[in-house]
Amino acid sequence: MDDLKTFLIEKVLLFESDTLSPEAEKVLSQIRREKTDVPVVYVSSNSSSIIAGSEKTYNALKLFAEENEPGTVVIKVGCAGPANYEPVICIQMPGKNKLYFRNITEEKVEPLMNGVFHNDISEEDLIGQSGSKGFELWPGIDFLEDIPFFALQKRLVLGNCGCYDPGRIEEYIAVGGYRTYLKTIRHYTYDEVCDLIERSGLRGRSGGGYLTGLKWKQALNTPSNARYLICNAKESDPGAFSDRLVMESDPHRLIEGMAIAAYAIGSSNAILYLKAGSEHARAGIQNAIEQARDYGLLGHNIHSSGYNLDIVVRMEPGAFVCGEETALINSLEGKRGMPQLKPPYPTSAGLAGKPTVINNVETLMNVPLIMQNGPEWYRTIGTFSSPGTKIFALAGRGRFSGVIEVEMGTSLRTIVEDIADGIRDAREFKAVQIGGASGSFITSDDLDTQVDFDAMRRQGFSMGSGGFVVIDETSCIVDLVRYYMDFICKESCGKCIPCREGTGRMLEILENVIRKPANEDTGTTLERFRGVMQLETISSVMKDASLCGLGQNAPNPFVSALKNFREEFEEHIFDRKCRANVCRGLRTFIIDVEKCTGCTVCAGKCPVNAIYGTRLQPYFIVEDKCIGCGICYDVCKFSAVIVK
Amino acid sequence: MCWYFGQEMTEDIENIITKYRQGRREDLIPLLQEIQERLGHLPEEAIIRVGSHLGLSTTKIYGLATFYDQFRFIPSGRIHISVCHGTSCFMNGSQGIIDKLTEELKTAPGQTSRNGNFSFDIVTCMGGCYHGPVITVNDEYHIHVSQDQIPELIRKLKYIIEND
Repeated sequence: MDDLKTFLIEKVLLFESDTLSPEAEKVLSQIRREKTDVPVVYVSSNSSSIIAGSEKTYNALKLFAEENEPGTVVIKVGCAGPANYEPVICIQMPGKNKLYFRNITEEKVEPLMNGVFHNDISEEDLIGQSGSKGFELWPGIDFLEDIPFFALQKRLVLGNCGCYDPGRIEEYIAVGGYRTYLKTIRHYTYDEVCDLIERSGLRGRSGGGYLTGLKWKQALNTPSNARYLICNAKESDPGAFSDRLVMESDPHRLIEGMAIAAYAIGSSNAILYLKAGSEHARAGIQNAIEQARDYGLLGHNIHSSGYNLDIVVRMEPGAFVCGEETALINSLEGKRGMPQLKPPYPTSAGLAGKPTVINNVETLMNVPLIMQNGPEWYRTIGTFSSPGTKIFALAGRGRFSGVIEVEMGTSLRTIVEDIADGIRDAREFKAVQIGGASGSFITSDDLDTQVDFDAMRRQGFSMGSGGFVVIDETSCIVDLVRYYMDFICKESCGKCIPCREGTGRMLEILENVIRKPANEDTGTTLERFRGVMQLETISSVMKDASLCGLGQNAPNPFVSALKNFREEFEEHIFDRKCRANVCRGLRTFIIDVEKCTGCTVCAGKCPVNAIYGTRLQPYFIVEDKCIGCGICYDVCKFSAVIVK
Repeated sequence: MCWYFGQEMTEDIENIITKYRQGRREDLIPLLQEIQERLGHLPEEAIIRVGSHLGLSTTKIYGLATFYDQFRFIPSGRIHISVCHGTSCFMNGSQGIIDKLTEELKTAPGQTSRNGNFSFDIVTCMGGCYHGPVITVNDEYHIHVSQDQIPELIRKLKYIIEND
């Protein structure tokens, strides 16, 4: 093992020429398992697949391999993409293309493996085959590249995800990792790196879209004896999970990106700020840092370059507002995570008063690619103003979901209709929600908008955290707006009044809209109307007067929903009706006379005695008394209670 | 999910505190996190001890710890349930699960039941959006949970506790 390490360091990492010696190439190709003599089984292992049961699949595969096909290698890899197919496994037989299988739970392992080893592949579990030249094709099996979900993506940042074992640094080195980093710290000056990144046009992926190179330069040009680089891996938007899966699948590239970024700003302290509860990602990252240290890639005087760097992992203690830069710094300093007025920006006075650069995971993952291939190459991808790609966490009601990466300039319609492959169960599309709790709802009219910072901004949308939730007709927009407002209201830090009070008031009004008061008199009805009229005023005040992005963007879901779904709001307010039958308070129930047997169960359970009737005769519900709690609906054994 | 009392707990706290010998303000959150990881919650004693170590008043520390969602001040139950309340899980009905759990366990989210058997809390996103609603019972995942399954699940868990 130590021999391999010395070999890799001397012959690969520190090798000056771009083309490696044939001997080194051979070793690397072995690590990449390009010419394998034994069957290799790759099991996807990340938060998403573990939830679907991939750990059990892995154990079952190990057991199967030991008992039936000794010599078979079973390894855990990162996320291949489609979360709806988890647990995904990939089987590579010697000399043949890789085969991908979907939803392989524990009990499916044995029949599947028996089939593959005897050339009898079950079509039902198959996703497709994939491979490169020199491998034998599987006849009659579709290629992975023909499926729109894979074909329309451009996986650059995610290129390594699902291809190598994230627990082994050797495999990352074998796919070309860390060479760029060592080349950078040995041959480039700080300014040159900043210049390169600025020329590439890389923009921060956290929503604002600020030029990364420019940010780095600002920090570099602030005189100071210490600087800090912070990687903001705290994505706590409800429904955003891309950073986490990326970190779990390819931790080494993040470390390489952080290391280059830290070098570019002349910092020797880098901090990875990780979301609370992402234990799997944390373990992976810690392990990767240990390995990088072992290879001398972190530490004192890295490979005699005179550059020192250490990366520390800090766990975020659970507050949404800490995603904001100044709040994040406060939290790292051991204070309450409350934002501060800017300027001074963190690039001039951040952590401990020193210049600090805060980048998010996706931005930093782009950096090694740019340093490797040059800014001109990066400019050829994506649009003129936003080069590169964008990662989305595709979720919701689409047929496909999971972490996807598309080229900038792809239209949202392509993502919804082709990559997500439309809506599940042939339901009707309603909207997409981009950017989590501070994002907007986008209807089919605006779906032709391109994924591009400026194009999105012109339409009034923000990319936010990269959450991409597909919504269909079964969801109620008003209820969703209330859900986001509830989230923001709980997470508002309470420092500035517009946000603290505004979110509370907005939530209160929205709750009134979907609540059916048992006996609403004229006064309360009037109050309700008046409240609704104030929602728009409150949103505009919050937008103008809040201290940080959380408060300024909090009304976004509401504003965009009101613009696009005004009639749905009006239905809730005036007709007291919810189209999707989601709002519990507005549901009314009737009893199907045909089905009711008069068993009296519902009448006994009704908390407001709204159900009348005679035993063994059909009962009926007095609509005026009904509070819509749904207990009768739940307790009826004959499904005689129907939602109207 | 450990149950600690008296001497043993004090020793644990002391051991953790010695790791942060410098006693800087920025050590406060990692210190509290580590104590919570070890003990499952932040007992009063720990807060007082951390305060005297870092030279901060107890109210300051309490004020900080209550600001963040991660810290608990009461021990979690023998069975701890987390419900994912991300957008996808919400659209698939996680609100119903939360209501049902509150009703069945007679415990609000973030709290522990009186007998110390159950506790449950809400998390924003676990990353299993396609399989929602997702809940974990003592770190074991349950996917595609519907609110109708909750009473049955609780009954089973109660049975397990009683026969433990």
